[in-house]
Amino acid sequence: MWANQILQGVLLGGYYALIASGLSFMFGVMRVINLAHGSLAVLAAYLLWTVAERWDISPFLGLLVVLPIMALAGFVLQRTVLERSLRSGLLVPLLSTFGLAVLLDNLLFETYGADTVSLAPNIGDLAFDSWNITDEITAGQLALLTFVTAVVVLGGLHLFLERTPWGRAIRATTEDPDTAELVGINSRQIYAIAAAIALVTVGIAGTFLAMRAAIDPYAGPAQLIFAFEAVVIGGAGSLWGTLLGGIVLGVAQNLGSQISPQGFLIGGHAVFLVVLGARLFISGPELRLRIRALLRSSP
Amino acid sequence: MTGIGKVSVQRWTPTSIAATSCLAGLVIVLAFGPYYLSPYLTDRLTIFFIYVIMAAMWNALAGYGGLVSVGQQAFFGLGAYAAIRLSYWDVGAYWSLVLGTLIVGAFSLPLSLFALRLRGGEFAIGMWVVAELAHLLVNLDPRVNGETGISMIALDAFPPETRLAHNYWLALAAMTLFMALVFLLLRSRVGASVQAIRDNEEAAASVGVRVLANKRLIFVLAAFGCAAAGALWLATLISFQPKTYFSVQWTAYMIFMALVGGLGTFEGPILGAVIFFVIETMFGGQGVWYLVGLGAAALLFSLFLPRGLWGTIEDRFGIRLLPVGYRLRIPGLDSTSNGKVFASGGQKDSPQNR
Repeated sequence: MWANQILQGVLLGGYYALIASGLSFMFGVMRVINLAHGSLAVLAAYLLWTVAERWDISPFLGLLVVLPIMALAGFVLQRTVLERSLRSGLLVPLLSTFGLAVLLDNLLFETYGADTVSLAPNIGDLAFDSWNITDEITAGQLALLTFVTAVVVLGGLHLFLERTPWGRAIRATTEDPDTAELVGINSRQIYAIAAAIALVTVGIAGTFLAMRAAIDPYAGPAQLIFAFEAVVIGGAGSLWGTLLGGIVLGVAQNLGSQISPQGFLIGGHAVFLVVLGARLFISGPELRLRIRALLRSSP
Repeated sequence: MTGIGKVSVQRWTPTSIAATSCLAGLVIVLAFGPYYLSPYLTDRLTIFFIYVIMAAMWNALAGYGGLVSVGQQAFFGLGAYAAIRLSYWDVGAYWSLVLGTLIVGAFSLPLSLFALRLRGGEFAIGMWVVAELAHLLVNLDPRVNGETGISMIALDAFPPETRLAHNYWLALAAMTLFMALVFLLLRSRVGASVQAIRDNEEAAASVGVRVLANKRLIFVLAAFGCAAAGALWLATLISFQPKTYFSVQWTAYMIFMALVGGLGTFEGPILGAVIFFVIETMFGGQGVWYLVGLGAAALLFSLFLPRGLWGTIEDRFGIRLLPVGYRLRIPGLDSTSNGKVFASGGQKDSPQNR
């Protein structure tokens, strides 16, 4: 029983890692936390649902339409919102993206109404088929696919940053935009490309969100919180840490749900706060400085 | 340089003396409100006072402390919950509101040990998680009946007119108290410190500003204010539904008011609250489109007018109604720049270091 709950938690963690990857990437590159992150994922899910319903095609095929739209949205978001608000200080992007989130959530409600939608009917057996590992332990095919996708997306981002010229340019710009300009990198362009990539991952995450559950227009903020928790638990800026963070969050939620009906969310938030507290108080910068001072004082 | 006379630092100017006396007079006139206002207006003004508190508190946090929080609904909801819980333990109705506020405000002190270690966006969403967790934990109380909620029966014992007047006075008193606290805080040493922190934390620390202590003061003050707002809201509404009180919408309202009015100015949030109050009265019935408008306004202001309406007016005309900063008066320059004075404090014109 418990083993199964933990496995389900790990697989759920795959989804959290997927939704967190874009947030982590954007924070790593631009030092910006996009508060509209969850709302954009829900927007992508609704777009895909519309495409799939209208032309009666598989959601996976619909991604060919939706992902380029998300990439474009990322480009535009960077050029119109993030770039401009960053000029007024580091805190202003929080205000502008929060305003954007409120705007998107309510526009979605005006467009699609209060009814929930789901892509589960559009993907046939994949929505409920599962493999039985033992009598008690089962793994849903969709959950496994989500997990594998998360690994592929995170690995892809990692390889992209490490191995490609664009990735190198992004890392250089992250280190020091002014110096990067000196060696011929157009940092404005690089930031916009990074934002476009981040929103492509957001689009993929939104797809899996709508396939595994029913969504409503106000589902965005919760996704932002889960994504943020996964990023923080795993350690901000580390892509593989994000996968680990997602898994820890998913397992904590599933174990919490065994204790009480409210335990699912409480378990997740509690683990997040405990990990954050531990990081801040135990391995915090003070401690690191103290250790360094100790090392220096000893001969 | 010739033509420049004696340079002096000013705090009170004729404009600010006039404005401060007008404001004090207005509060006195408002204090007799229930005697000459219709019940409808009394009720509406009570709500307006609550908006002013919320706007001022969020402005103190973000505009002066550099702390953008998306989780102030935690204190708003907890303030209301604490009040209702106390009232069921037979503490008098109005005592419950006051005590509930104090308890939740005090709770923010231990919370600050944790929350203030987070930076920027981490603090923003970290506070949101705190609000979500507070919501879930309040739901565990069987008395609350989950999302169905409960009513504050103790308040129902008062006749409606009495309750209306009591709420009005309590809200007016709370608003005056919190505005006075912000005013005094900004004029004290803390005021200069928090603005230095907001503009550049590392630089402030390097000249000996006690960053954490000052931030804590602002954080706790804002928690008290938001808890008071929540308790007062409960007093006007009587019913308590966790989902409504812990909604992130309250923070959206606060951001809208502070941002549109003018972040980092004392007068801005008051103006923002007036604008929000008027918009809500006119378009509140439009439901979701009204929220679309609020979101769009917050987005556009942060992009194109990050100093807000009052901040822009202040920058352009050098008007400062309330004396929360200092002005440098250089007589020789006055004639050439139409008496424009250079204001310091509450100014956010230096681009932040990246």
